[in-house]
Amino acid sequence: MMRLPAFTYRAPRTVGDAVLWLAESPTDTMLVAGGTDLLPNMKRRQQTPKTVIGLKGIAELTGIRASGHLSIGAGTTLTALVNSADVRSRCLGLWQSAAQIATPHLRNMGTLGGNLCLDTRCTYYDQTEEWREAIGYCMKKDGTTCWVATSSKRCLAVSSTDTAPMLLALGATVTLVSAKGTREVAVADLYNNDGMQYLTRRADELLTSIDIPDQTGWASTYWKLRRRGSFDFPVGAAAIALKRDAGGRVELARVVLGAVASQPMPSPKAEAILVGQVLSDDVIAAAAEAAYDVAKPMDNTDFELVWRKKMVRTLVTNALRELRGDDMRAVRMSLAKQVL
Amino acid sequence: MSHAFRLSFTVNGEPAEVLVDSSKTLLEVLREDLNLTGTKHGCELGECGACAILVNGEPVLSCLALAVEATDSHVTTIEGIGQGGQLHPLQDAFADLGGAQCGYCTPGIILTAKALLDRTPDASADQIKEALSGNLCRCTGYLQIIESVQKAAEEMRLRPDLQVRGTET
Amino acid sequence: MGVIGRPRRRTDGRAKVTGQTKFADDIMLPRTVHCRLLRSPHPHAKIISIDTSRAAAHPGVLLVLTGKEFPIPYGVLPVSHDEHALCNDKVRHVGDPVAAVIARTETIAGDAIKLIDVVYEPLKTIATPEESLATAEPRIHEYGDDGNIHKAVAMQFGDVDAAIAGADHVFDDIFFFEGNTHLPLEQHATVALKDPEGKLLVYSSTQTPHYLHRALAKTLSIPAAHIRVIATPNGGGFGGKSDPFNHEIVVAKAALMLDRPVKIALNREEVFYCHRGRHPVQMRFRAGVNNDGTFTGLDLQTLLDGGAYGSYGVASTFYTGALQTVTYEIPTYRFRGCRVFTNKPACGPKRGHGTPQARFGQEVQIDKIAEKLNLDPADMRLKIVAPPNSLTANFMKIGTIGLAECVRKVVERSDWKNKHRKLPYGHGVGIACSSYLSGAGLPINWNDLPHSGVQLKLDRSGGVTAFCGATEIGQGSDDVLVACVAEVLGLETYDIRAVTGDTDLTPVDLGSYSSRVTLMMGNAAIQAAERARELLAEGVSAKLNIPKDRLVFADKRVFDSQDPNNGCTFQEAIVFAEAKFGTLGTTGSYTPPRPPAKYKGGGVGPTPTYSYTAAIVEVEVDPETGWLTVPKVWIGHDIGRALNPTLVRGQVEGSVYMGLGEALMEESAFRRLPARLSNALVHKFPSILEYKSPTSLDMPEIFTDLIEHPDPAGPFGAKEVGQGPLLPIMPAICNAVYDAVSVRVDEIPCTPEKILKALQDKAAGKPARHGPKSFPDIKWPETLHVTPPWEGGDGRASNEPERKKRTAEAGIEVKAGITIARDNA
Repeated sequence: MMRLPAFTYRAPRTVGDAVLWLAESPTDTMLVAGGTDLLPNMKRRQQTPKTVIGLKGIAELTGIRASGHLSIGAGTTLTALVNSADVRSRCLGLWQSAAQIATPHLRNMGTLGGNLCLDTRCTYYDQTEEWREAIGYCMKKDGTTCWVATSSKRCLAVSSTDTAPMLLALGATVTLVSAKGTREVAVADLYNNDGMQYLTRRADELLTSIDIPDQTGWASTYWKLRRRGSFDFPVGAAAIALKRDAGGRVELARVVLGAVASQPMPSPKAEAILVGQVLSDDVIAAAAEAAYDVAKPMDNTDFELVWRKKMVRTLVTNALRELRGDDMRAVRMSLAKQVL
Repeated sequence: MSHAFRLSFTVNGEPAEVLVDSSKTLLEVLREDLNLTGTKHGCELGECGACAILVNGEPVLSCLALAVEATDSHVTTIEGIGQGGQLHPLQDAFADLGGAQCGYCTPGIILTAKALLDRTPDASADQIKEALSGNLCRCTGYLQIIESVQKAAEEMRLRPDLQVRGTET
Repeated sequence: MGVIGRPRRRTDGRAKVTGQTKFADDIMLPRTVHCRLLRSPHPHAKIISIDTSRAAAHPGVLLVLTGKEFPIPYGVLPVSHDEHALCNDKVRHVGDPVAAVIARTETIAGDAIKLIDVVYEPLKTIATPEESLATAEPRIHEYGDDGNIHKAVAMQFGDVDAAIAGADHVFDDIFFFEGNTHLPLEQHATVALKDPEGKLLVYSSTQTPHYLHRALAKTLSIPAAHIRVIATPNGGGFGGKSDPFNHEIVVAKAALMLDRPVKIALNREEVFYCHRGRHPVQMRFRAGVNNDGTFTGLDLQTLLDGGAYGSYGVASTFYTGALQTVTYEIPTYRFRGCRVFTNKPACGPKRGHGTPQARFGQEVQIDKIAEKLNLDPADMRLKIVAPPNSLTANFMKIGTIGLAECVRKVVERSDWKNKHRKLPYGHGVGIACSSYLSGAGLPINWNDLPHSGVQLKLDRSGGVTAFCGATEIGQGSDDVLVACVAEVLGLETYDIRAVTGDTDLTPVDLGSYSSRVTLMMGNAAIQAAERARELLAEGVSAKLNIPKDRLVFADKRVFDSQDPNNGCTFQEAIVFAEAKFGTLGTTGSYTPPRPPAKYKGGGVGPTPTYSYTAAIVEVEVDPETGWLTVPKVWIGHDIGRALNPTLVRGQVEGSVYMGLGEALMEESAFRRLPARLSNALVHKFPSILEYKSPTSLDMPEIFTDLIEHPDPAGPFGAKEVGQGPLLPIMPAICNAVYDAVSVRVDEIPCTPEKILKALQDKAAGKPARHGPKSFPDIKWPETLHVTPPWEGGDGRASNEPERKKRTAEAGIEVKAGITIARDNA
């Protein structure tokens, strides 16, 4: 049986205690909320923190508060998010992205904050210590080479969070709290395109909440690519939010790709193509092409990378057609294998 | 570095107290400390669903649940769903209708299905498929599993007394 | 029939739904210590030295073992005893075990294996069959046919070249079937201990306790009679637990040395290293076909990537060529098969054992032939279905064959005639058929002994206990056992206790593989029960003065057929018989009939009766992306008779499930790092997340029809069902993809990437096909020439090689002989 390495467990009741304890030794302390990301990694010895701070007992980290904007505690489970009528009615794309994460069991455990901080993934990295020894380890853990592209100076592990690209497209911000203070960071600024330093969150910071601005006038959607109807992390995704006028002309657009880089990847070019236009087939095709250009999938996930890159075009096209009002239910069902 | 702590919680309706290490998962404690080996494991990494149990009535994976975080919770395992000396209707249906072949994924699936039916007694086939989509089965192809859940749901609707226990929250 | 044919709760159903079934890892004994294996990080290397001193000194460690403790090799086939419980001279794949630590806890053992210092001298990595064929040195093993060729065989039945040359059309097609694995939910586990008498007792998740028993006796040099193996119910097997495994031998040895229970429970990655899964196979089919769709001849070559050990590989090699003629009429036939060693975990028997790969090639080729000849593929198959009660060109004996009825059934239910070549672009249907053995006709270990034995104990309390060495792996073998006995004795299955898979208590059954248990154990059980019924009838007849031939056993009573009120309870019948004969017990056994094939290699393929299956699959393909979904499957299976229809349907649907996994997503893929930087060759994703297994949301609707015409060879007429229904799924899907978008994917798995590539090639004016472009050149051995039965052949080769000489050269046991046909009494 795969077992956890030894660690000291601490369970604060307040955010204040959590960040205080975190500050004691931020580099060898890790936070655990649902445990669905960290614990497998610890069992495979990808991470071996001396101290684990459990966040489950911090009541202030959970809950969804809806006024004009939507404020979601980072410790809110993905199931709670999916069950929230406010989330579903105000930002359908976020609901769709959360509903497609992993499995029902893992959504019962995993949290929104955890999904945002999800470790980047790579088939050279998400392996046991024994397996990684057999390849001489990799840059992200205990080694020096990135085997995905041996000449690469940086780690090419893939951003595999479903919610981050969507929250980025929704213009969300997160609150990061440390013993030194509190700061608001746009989700767009939470990530680096680096498989190792993929978060701009400092090691002493706790992500406490996610704030989604008023979505009046906006519509959003999330399209995910994965092999099976369940379990699988995204290997490509399109998260799109549009604000349109009464005539259907796009006023504002956010197009963000998931799982094709070490961070959620916006396509400003696709956004620029959309703004000022109605969603004609030509406009959609041009935007999909622009999104295709920024996708840089590598050979470190399921499916072949060339095909995955091509699929970005399809995902963006499907998303935009759906936002236009096309009946995409059959296509959706074929790809997602669940009603969304 | 690790430390032992006294875990006290409710297992299958009865209080339980064990001294366990902080790095233990609920899976290990149930199987190895409480000898409740009905809870299985197929990967210990959250990738198969075999170790699913109910914590406060909700299906979770015991392989990724820290035992220390189960303090004061109500845990239900496959050993605890029969009542009054009778099998739970899900157990009867799975045994009768081919829902269990090798039986290894069965405990996790039955508990997951129980949580579904406790919440949604008239669950549709699609809802059953979706609820069980985190439980891999290599034997059946799932169809007889889904039929078993449907049959049990029918049985439970006819016998409302069976719906009382279970969501021990 | 009281029991047979009625959908029933399986006898072990309650245990499984209550969590009471004790799988191997559920056995928790006091004083248990735990074992972890240190595994090789190198794909191919010499072991220069092993220093275990630091590990041995680690607190909590009780014992450290290395290869020098295990000098005696073993293997499931007598011709391939090429494994050591711990490697003693070299490692042959990443994951090969080199040392073991037994410690107070699994965690301590896991920490301590990291303290073992092994010095390796890396050897050239051989990753693919092509590299294997091109690399005579270094050899992965010092035995085999040549260089890194483990086994190469060639045989011919009639003048196939002339027959193909004389045909109206010649089809020459190349296919590839990627390897995949069983992925049972239960990870292998074993607990070994000394029993109170000091004898070895081993609980293990094995499908084949008898073979483990033999391997333990051999490798530990203790009499088999002093070893007890108990096969715990398997949490899925599918062939993956059919070999004796290194970890089983290691903990057995450790338990004897420590006199404490020793447990090992493998993690998922280690299960991938045990493997024994589907061989990757390259195939070339040359077929001569006349305008009416009949075959004049077939010339098949196969190349199997065997991985690092023999396992069942010699049999797997023959199986790639054994069943082509059993499905369709093929008057002349040549088969050449070659298995090579590579530095990857050993391949072996996965559900269908060696036959799904070539079945895939043959069924897709037939689809191509039908199109070219403008025939309906279902009609063409109906035309060439092998005849019943016949001998094939390669001397396989066919008894009943319900294939035509299977085809007609699925054609009708799927509305095939209105769908095939008629659905809109992107939608398609495909058909394929298959046949499979109901148990191998010859044993692995060459002898005249029964393949299955059943003992019955009848107790004056009224209880009946059935003992058999067969292993419950989920397929329902315990249920078959009690059902057969209950039916004969007029009881309910609940009245009978099954004791199975225990080498001390139960007579030998060769194991739960080869789809052999229902037929062989079932027949043995019927024989034992009929003998018991005879004793009971005599007792009752004498006591109640009813003529024996008028006695009926039904409803837990024994009574006069002419006066049903005149009789006694079943329990009274036992008492009468016990009073007359003394303690009651009977035995039954089963030995398959002697197969007509006498040539070398003819021992693989014969069976008491073949099952047959036809399947139609409906697919939807997105031509823009290649995305493939399967909404519906219709399947008809010639079961002979369904003993418990609920379980039979479960086997059919489970086979469809596993076939879909293989067809669409499952893949044992390996990573070779850039050779200039590294020797590494690793399993790409030895995890249950990245090795993709379909979920409940990925399943189609399945419409199952059981074709029931009782077969005289089967118990109550039953044939196998565990494997055959898997086989047509993969080719039916590729055929349906062609019907949908007019491109061929001549390769499994059939993924969206491959479909899209073929579509793009087609758009670019290239051949509308994705698949292998060539079949490697192989130096084949001299072809055995066997004259087909209709040309007066007697089942022997005209140029049969001298067995003794060849086996002696190869350094193997002379008596060995999976491949050697011989008279079975």
